[in-house]
Amino acid sequence: MSFFVETFIGGLLAGVMYSLVAIGFVLIYKASGVFNFAQGSMVLCAGLTFVTMRDRGIDFWLAGLITLTIMVAIAIAVERVVLRPLVNRPQITLFMATLGLSFVIEGIAQIAMGASVHELDLGIVDTPITVGEVQVSQFDLVAAATAGVLVIALSIFFNWTRVGIALRAIADDPLAARSIGIRLQTLWQIVWGVAGFVSLVAGLLWGARQGVQFALTLVVLKALPVLIIGGFTSITGAIVGGLIVGASDSLAEIYLGSLLGGSVSTWFSYVLAVGFLLVRPTGLFGDAPIERI
Amino acid sequence: MTAIGTDTIEGFGSTDETARSWLRIALAVALLAGLAAVPLVANDYWLNAVLIPFLIMSLTALGLNLLMGYAGQASLGSGGFMAVGAYATYNILLRLPELPLPVNLLLGGVISGLVGVIAGLPSLRIKGFYLVASTLAAQFVLEWLFNQYGWFSNYSTSSSISAPRLAILGHDLSSPTGRYLLTLATVAIVTVVAIRLVRSQTGRTWMAIRDMDTAASVIGIPVAAGKLKAFFVSSLVIGIAGALWAFAYLGTVDARSFNLDRSFQVMFAIIIGGMGSISGNYVGAAFMILLPILLDHVGGAVFGGAIDPGQLENLQKALFGALIVWFLIKEPRGLAALLSRAWTQLASRFER
Amino acid sequence: MSIRKQKRITSRAIGLAALVLSLAVGATASAEDAKTQYFPLATFRVGAYASSGIPVWAGEIDYFRYINEVEGGINGIKLVWDECETNWEVEKGIECYERVKAGKNGSPVPIFLPHGDPISKALTEKSVADKIPLVTIAYGRTEAIDGRVFPYSFPVVFSFWSEASSAVNFIAEKVGGKDKLKGLKIATVYHDSPYGKETQVPLAHLAKTYGFEDIQIPVPHPGNEQSAQWAKIRQLKPDWVFLRGWGVMTPVAIKTAAKVGFPVDHIIGGIWSGSEEDVRPAGAVGKGYLAITPFPAGANFEIHQKLKKHILDKGLSDLKDPKSFGSVYYNSGVDEAIVAVEAIRTAQAHFGVRPINGEEAQWGLEHLDLSEKRLAEIGATGLQQPLKLSAKDHEGGGAGKVLQWDGEKWNVVSNGWVKSDRELLLPLIYERAAAYARERGITPRDATN
Repeated sequence: MSFFVETFIGGLLAGVMYSLVAIGFVLIYKASGVFNFAQGSMVLCAGLTFVTMRDRGIDFWLAGLITLTIMVAIAIAVERVVLRPLVNRPQITLFMATLGLSFVIEGIAQIAMGASVHELDLGIVDTPITVGEVQVSQFDLVAAATAGVLVIALSIFFNWTRVGIALRAIADDPLAARSIGIRLQTLWQIVWGVAGFVSLVAGLLWGARQGVQFALTLVVLKALPVLIIGGFTSITGAIVGGLIVGASDSLAEIYLGSLLGGSVSTWFSYVLAVGFLLVRPTGLFGDAPIERI
Repeated sequence: MTAIGTDTIEGFGSTDETARSWLRIALAVALLAGLAAVPLVANDYWLNAVLIPFLIMSLTALGLNLLMGYAGQASLGSGGFMAVGAYATYNILLRLPELPLPVNLLLGGVISGLVGVIAGLPSLRIKGFYLVASTLAAQFVLEWLFNQYGWFSNYSTSSSISAPRLAILGHDLSSPTGRYLLTLATVAIVTVVAIRLVRSQTGRTWMAIRDMDTAASVIGIPVAAGKLKAFFVSSLVIGIAGALWAFAYLGTVDARSFNLDRSFQVMFAIIIGGMGSISGNYVGAAFMILLPILLDHVGGAVFGGAIDPGQLENLQKALFGALIVWFLIKEPRGLAALLSRAWTQLASRFER
Repeated sequence: MSIRKQKRITSRAIGLAALVLSLAVGATASAEDAKTQYFPLATFRVGAYASSGIPVWAGEIDYFRYINEVEGGINGIKLVWDECETNWEVEKGIECYERVKAGKNGSPVPIFLPHGDPISKALTEKSVADKIPLVTIAYGRTEAIDGRVFPYSFPVVFSFWSEASSAVNFIAEKVGGKDKLKGLKIATVYHDSPYGKETQVPLAHLAKTYGFEDIQIPVPHPGNEQSAQWAKIRQLKPDWVFLRGWGVMTPVAIKTAAKVGFPVDHIIGGIWSGSEEDVRPAGAVGKGYLAITPFPAGANFEIHQKLKKHILDKGLSDLKDPKSFGSVYYNSGVDEAIVAVEAIRTAQAHFGVRPINGEEAQWGLEHLDLSEKRLAEIGATGLQQPLKLSAKDHEGGGAGKVLQWDGEKWNVVSNGWVKSDRELLLPLIYERAAAYARERGITPRDATN
């Protein structure tokens, strides 16, 4: 039993890490209706920039600030150069454009900062804590707490600030929002900037877990089912989806894997996601688009 | 906003329609004859590394385009269906060696088509970008299946499959020329069939579903059957392409060759080439297969030795990504539309 | 439109096609006698594994430069090389192979190093048709040890089967003899890919022979999340973990092992989980981690002194990060270059001092004899194990050293080279090679010549 609980909790905590990446997707999707596949590259770019600064002996907070500035600059550039010209294009075209964009970001980031693996030490001790018979990783707890703080901060931002309210107006109806004087472009840039910040946090935590290297871009593959389950437009959905994916992946790998021969976690969450979609075609917390004939 | 917007390309609607269409057929025949004559002059490199993958990618794009460009159902499962085609064909060749190769390829395609129908079932309920996401399940399950179970690869140590001897009516096709001609013939035949199909009742049904799903069902078009048929035909074509990818191109292959990146590549090919356009598949495949090779050759020739090779490779990658984004912005209807416009201008200049 | 106009269009189209075709075939080499030896390098400087590759090419290129600059080439024949990017993908690897296989400026390709397990497998048959030997050091198809069936594949030095066997033998060394293996639990945590599965058969066989329990735990690609796998390890409580990863999987495994409290000094990394690039990102918890490798790290070998003096100090090195000088991957590049150069030298001794083609290099490889004496002359004693190849044995060595990470660098902790049980495994390998030959309709070569 304690083994089950341990696997389950380990999975939940891993799921929080997926949620961190998924939140970045949700922010951009809400504001500009783009499923931004370049999120993985942004995580890599943020992690790489930060760790390169640290390697040159720059102070932790200063490095964070510089990285954030760069991420916001990238966000603004992306909005100007890629998104604005692609307004009103089919969603799949926008998606593929962000995939093309990810090649650009990865290429340039590695030209500037090289392709070597960097160690990233955030100073978080990672010895397990034992509660009863169950072991829990301290690092994962810190990551989960970070995600929690992030979600609360974002909720406050979206619900209580002028910018946040304007954003919700845009997500509801872009045309109406514009007609009452909301400046779409500025808001997009703000949201992409916030998404840049989220990728910095994700890049740091993932980078500390596995080293800052190209494989950071692959975290998006785990964020996808999280988004399908939680819905593309809900931050709460990203958290709940992450927990579901993390826990079910871990349990499936152990219990289903011993029946089917392992590595079931490569597809289990996707199949689960399709199951959810069949019941709720726009995810657990997603908004259903209105169809007019 | 719809998930997939398509514009069919109607660039030829002028007065002497028949003369033009004859000209197009004549050109197509000339092109085919020219392509068939390529092995007389091209070396192994051009056949093995450039033309064969280009032709197979065109075929894969054609398969996805039938589903996405005509029936409006987007899929990121192409890599998985290619794998089904490859592994099915391998097993048929292995277990029923007496069947002739074309029958074999077709059977492999049919199996892939049936798997496609299963993978397409969620499309009856899920729409738009969520459907795209759901096809990823098929992609990952299939990739896992062939890697996991040794039976599919006849328990080879590396769970990879190798091309059995390719032969038609006793003619050995294992030389580069043989494999090239096999690919070319398959692509030509499937293209002709596909053109006829999209102009038939089936094609019209698909386009009705694509343009207005709900409205189509209201006026009595069998939407569910139409969607599943599209999944079947599309996966069939992609399956054949997968078998060719495995045996006519690579020779030895494992499931990793049909991963998500391959699905993305196919999707790029049709979006850049032009959705709902047959010629777009070739242009798009050329973009995806030939452009990186071209960039590599040009990069090596211009900067070789002067720039650090790692920087050069990353530069090429960034440039390729930028070109993708640029073409997506510049040409909403795909490169095929661009070429079609250029062609119309060229033809009208000749007429003057 | 008139017929004349149509003809005009057609003739222009044909003209254009002819132009394209003439460009296509224009790249044929001049037949002029080359005085240099062409040596193409398939590299992966982009993509998920670039960080592992970059030091490898540096080691290789530095050794080639050393041969050219200091020794004036191989018996006076200088090496020339160019790179082709594979992204570690089969498709691009084949493109590279096809691009370079005809040689350059009349100089043929002696050896092709695929640098990637899937690429090497895809090229197995093409290389036979083109008569270009594939040298895959410490990767590639294990059955290819049987050169009678696989004349052009050379998994030299340390195959995956030998890797597994040497790891088991190292455990025996630690527990006090092979008879003490009985009853131990050895869990193999592997990258779930054809590469990762390669050691299942030999480990099952060794488990039966020595009486240890063989546990296999797959990690799905890319391996950036392993909490389930290590929870299972905590439950099964193996005595040793043999970690066969690739790329990001290794540091994540080391970190996750620490999370569940598995002792890091009882994890033995495989060849591709045993470099600085694998263990450094794991940080402090990597201290004490073991790894078996045919490429012992260190910059104190004699050849390194020479490389430092003639190449690095003169600014000729391909290495961007001087920290990597003497790293596992750098040394693997040096090792690869030594084997290639010595095979060419052996072929030259037989066929004459001139650029060697693939068929001749194949002979050179099958007659390669890197004795202790020769290794001492090169300055590679301790870096490279003695190696003697033949048609029946394309591996030759079959031993590895075990390194331990002290937080800064690797130290050798095994008693010299840990030999594998080749005599035990070879019959199985030959059996599998024969099965392959039957399936593919290959008649094995006569090995007596």
